[in-house]
Amino acid sequence: MATLRSWREIPHGGVAFRLSTDVKTGDWRALRPVIDQSKCTKCMICWLFCPDMSIIWDGEKVFVNYDYCKGCGICAHECPVKAITMVPEVRE
Amino acid sequence: MPREGDNNGSRGEGVGMSRLQLIPKYPREKQVMMNLNGDEAIAYAAKQSYVDVVAAYPITPQTIIVEKYSEFVANGEVHTEFVPVESEHSAMSACVGAAAAGARAFTATSSQGLALMVEILYIASGLRLPIVLAVVNRALSAPINIHNDHSDAYLMRDSGWIMLFAENVQEAYDTTIQAFKIAEHPEVQLPASVHIDGFFLSHTLENIYTLPDEAVYEFLGGPRKIPKVRVDYFDEEVDYALNPARPLSFGSLALYDYYFEMKIPQLIAINKALDVIKQVNEEWYELTGRRYGNGLVDPYMVEDADIVLVAMGSGAGTIRSVVKKYRERGLKIGLLRVRSYRPFPHSDIRNLLRNTKLVAVMDRAIGPGQYGALYLDIASTLYHERSKPILVDYVYGLGGRDLSPDMVSAMINQLVKDLERGYIPEEERLRFLGVRG
Repeated sequence: MATLRSWREIPHGGVAFRLSTDVKTGDWRALRPVIDQSKCTKCMICWLFCPDMSIIWDGEKVFVNYDYCKGCGICAHECPVKAITMVPEVRE
Repeated sequence: MPREGDNNGSRGEGVGMSRLQLIPKYPREKQVMMNLNGDEAIAYAAKQSYVDVVAAYPITPQTIIVEKYSEFVANGEVHTEFVPVESEHSAMSACVGAAAAGARAFTATSSQGLALMVEILYIASGLRLPIVLAVVNRALSAPINIHNDHSDAYLMRDSGWIMLFAENVQEAYDTTIQAFKIAEHPEVQLPASVHIDGFFLSHTLENIYTLPDEAVYEFLGGPRKIPKVRVDYFDEEVDYALNPARPLSFGSLALYDYYFEMKIPQLIAINKALDVIKQVNEEWYELTGRRYGNGLVDPYMVEDADIVLVAMGSGAGTIRSVVKKYRERGLKIGLLRVRSYRPFPHSDIRNLLRNTKLVAVMDRAIGPGQYGALYLDIASTLYHERSKPILVDYVYGLGGRDLSPDMVSAMINQLVKDLERGYIPEEERLRFLGVRG
């Protein structure tokens, strides 16, 4: 996080001065979705249900953007082939 | 037409204003006389102010404002988007959305409606959106009452809005147009409310002078000007407005890290409004020949007065006529009408009351467990004076109870006795005028 700004540097009306994508909202996650690529059928149901657009398709496989994934578990719940498991986050 | 004791809207006495006669750009013969009540006058002023969005929800005694405005819309006389919303909370929310998109937005309410609106009032000021709100002051329930006092106004006291109190219908018209100019001033950019007394002004017909449409358009400088804002992710300054081509986040989350900093510019802006209100009052004088004191306070025979009554709103007209009679009998008495309640003109009031021996503050609302709100503001202004006047709070006119000249006379007679005695005991510092004992 950059140095906190003074009130003189706050834009008019307190409008957001940085992009919201700068804020890594994934850092409060307690459970991490892990995709078993051998089971994944690339049906994209997890992508459809993810409320934070954190499921990414790179043209070959499905993976999770952990910068924004809050660990809600909807993807794991919806996965028809149970390819996603929720693994507790542990401090390294 | 001016009546005895009425504010004729041309005084600038005691507040450093020139007494030279000025020929206004629009002298009376170039203005249009209309017979309007306070609500109609405000609706007409809003119409002439080229408002883009009006959110409307009816409540007595405000209803005529939005009802009249809906007629202008139905007749095709205005370009305004008229949004009949489902509550006052929604009315202010619609205005916030409209103003955030760059529109000039207006709405009106009273009493319980204002209470419901309060949550969004803080958002409008926090987002620096120059919305204009007409508040037709009415008592709050319970017991339920539709008539005037100022208790609803105090709900929005700390909401960050500029609050202007009009004394008569002419001033209601003038102040509504001025409010857009004050609110939209580049260094202010804050919402403003125009307060008139329910029924006493809202439903009382008065012959008033109105400007031609083009004069108001020119006075306001055409449609609303949108300020610029600089953010990290755009190379150049962009309009402070919602626009899908250049998206901005309005109303973002700011916790202990930024909330405090975000409030400071808002406080600076409302204090800046003190100068802007004065300036707009003078510009209006040059345009129409009408002004109200220095815009912030409207004193009447205060300069050499031993006793000064302080009041806001329509009651000032009655008080002024009584003060005039006592002056003719030789009593050194004056009236100080507060026009700008927020921002509160501390230095003007201090300068005017510096040599006064007794100040009676007239509050048209109660502060349960405390003195009236206006009394507290006046007391805080006078605290730093070396020789403080005797200060007393009179609560009057709750729930629309009339303030008669006889009541004011009885009050003044008592104040003369108090001044002779030289003090007012603590248990008498809060008095009630016109309540059955």
